[in-house]
Amino acid sequence: MKPVLEVKDLVAHFYTRRGVVRAVDGVSFTIHEGETVGVVGESGSGKTVCQLSYLRLLPEPPLRILGGSALLEGGLDLLKASPNQLRSIRGNRVSMIFQEPMTSLNPYLTVGTQLCEPLQIHGLLSRKDAAIQATAALERVGIADASAALKRYPHEFSGGMRQRVMIAMALTTKPKLLIADEPTTALDVTVQAQILQLLRDLQKETGMAILFITHDLGVIASIAHRVVVMYAGRVMERGTVDEVFYQTQHPYTQALLRSTPRLDVDQGKLSSIPGSPPDLTRLGDGCPFYGRCAYQRDACVRVYPPLRLTPTQHAAYCHLEGLPR
Amino acid sequence: MGLGYLLKRLAIMVPVFFLVVTMVFFMIRFAPGGPFDGEKAVSPEILRNLNEKYHLNDPLLVQFGNYLKDLVRGDLGPSFKYANRTVNELIADSLPVSLELGVTALIWALLIGLVAGGLASMKPNTVWDYVPMSFSILGICLPTFVIGPLLVLVFGIWLEWLPVAGWDAPEDRILPSLTLGFAYAAFISRLTRGGLMEIRSQDFIRTARAKGLSEARILIVHSLRGGLLPVVSYLGPALAGIISGALVTETIFNIPGLGRFFIQSAVNRDYTVVMGTALLYFTLIFVCNFFVDIMYALLDPRVKYE
Repeated sequence: MKPVLEVKDLVAHFYTRRGVVRAVDGVSFTIHEGETVGVVGESGSGKTVCQLSYLRLLPEPPLRILGGSALLEGGLDLLKASPNQLRSIRGNRVSMIFQEPMTSLNPYLTVGTQLCEPLQIHGLLSRKDAAIQATAALERVGIADASAALKRYPHEFSGGMRQRVMIAMALTTKPKLLIADEPTTALDVTVQAQILQLLRDLQKETGMAILFITHDLGVIASIAHRVVVMYAGRVMERGTVDEVFYQTQHPYTQALLRSTPRLDVDQGKLSSIPGSPPDLTRLGDGCPFYGRCAYQRDACVRVYPPLRLTPTQHAAYCHLEGLPR
Repeated sequence: MGLGYLLKRLAIMVPVFFLVVTMVFFMIRFAPGGPFDGEKAVSPEILRNLNEKYHLNDPLLVQFGNYLKDLVRGDLGPSFKYANRTVNELIADSLPVSLELGVTALIWALLIGLVAGGLASMKPNTVWDYVPMSFSILGICLPTFVIGPLLVLVFGIWLEWLPVAGWDAPEDRILPSLTLGFAYAAFISRLTRGGLMEIRSQDFIRTARAKGLSEARILIVHSLRGGLLPVVSYLGPALAGIISGALVTETIFNIPGLGRFFIQSAVNRDYTVVMGTALLYFTLIFVCNFFVDIMYALLDPRVKYE
């Protein structure tokens, strides 16, 4: 499989009055054609900022990209691309959908106008053909009476329907990569399941890659092939879903999994990770999870943990060799 | 927004109009003094004749009834102070002047305010923001009687580019309308900046960027409609206020507009002129707000009037 996007050692910091916020610090991952990669982590772990930073969707300043690369298929480095190149990629080869379907669509414009926009501005289709394509896209995501829906405004749709509109909008240009930033978090569970199924079906049809950001491990288990676990702006563990869930290498991943409610095991009181995430302006040299980790040792404070890599590319950054079960 | 709603809105105007007529009529009548009290005492006979001529001896309710009857026919009655002139004539003479001054001033205000506010919102906390916003503070704080003479001093007397007063040639319009429009421009620039900044922080603007739209398209297609709503709602009262006369500007530049009647008629107890100007102002406010509401519904699809 060809890689669609290769992010290597991405470093992006916010320069604020409070100090330097090390929001993304040496993140690497790869996503291939037809594959779904889940990015998990707590709020503030940098999972969203990381994606927004290489797409250059965050205001710079305060953000500064300090290093790394983000290579698209074909070799273009997003971190070195010109504003024009970036615009021609966004919404075209790389599309994005967001968490809040209620506020992510423009309330002043009809769904049709917004849906046709990517096709028109990327010069793919004329206005008339774009409308036909938009109708087809709405039908594909399961919106009844699509041609009438084009003339309606976002507030006339429910949350789930709006997320379907967002998905249709992101997919009109047949992107190679879809970045989905918690697309189901604001929806109720039944609608959530429908949206996940829709994304799976669409992936099968188009072969696009999906980068799925969420803090919900259950969602990851049901949709992703591989997982990147992030904490304090860094990657903690990376591997296939099975590896990360069943042969967990990192104490943070283990703690996350333990704090997820399960139906198959009687857990008693749900455990939580003690303490709170570190202040990103005051990270030391050591492991950022030090302080909340159950297996901490002296080296963890002083030295950044080494990368441990299995032959199957299952990666974890930890001083510990072999995690106690 | 249905036609029914619009008609209902207009129908409401009738009782409110009646209420305003009643209140203004009795309030000005109960104020001490009368139209013929002056520094020079008028002889009792002349006073009696004057009162007789203007029916001021009739019981108040009868006068009110007669006023209403005339009003229905569109007759605002004779002025008590300007002999042989009717209120209709006074308004007909001065309203076009005020209208022209006001509309010109508002065009200035929109032109300057929108550009300054738009610039400031695009580059917040830079020179492009600080300079126009400092001027805006000046415009809000400095009263017209400072700005007017200042402009006259610079452009009329030092540079000799523009006439210092009058209302004949086209170039006479420039300084008065700028003077009058400056404060409005200042306010509009603040509203524009605030409105656009608010819109630009919304999630859907991030969506627009993620779709690969250019900044220009994001501003024009995605931000302007929502961002300018505060300006639109301000325009109603602003327009009514600005065209119903601007006493200070009119005085500085010696312009025969409506503004002077507002003040003079109240001081003179020129009952009919007070009524006429008050009713004109009320009608303007009502009509302008009516159009603002229509604009609102056209701009924001979520606004529904039932």
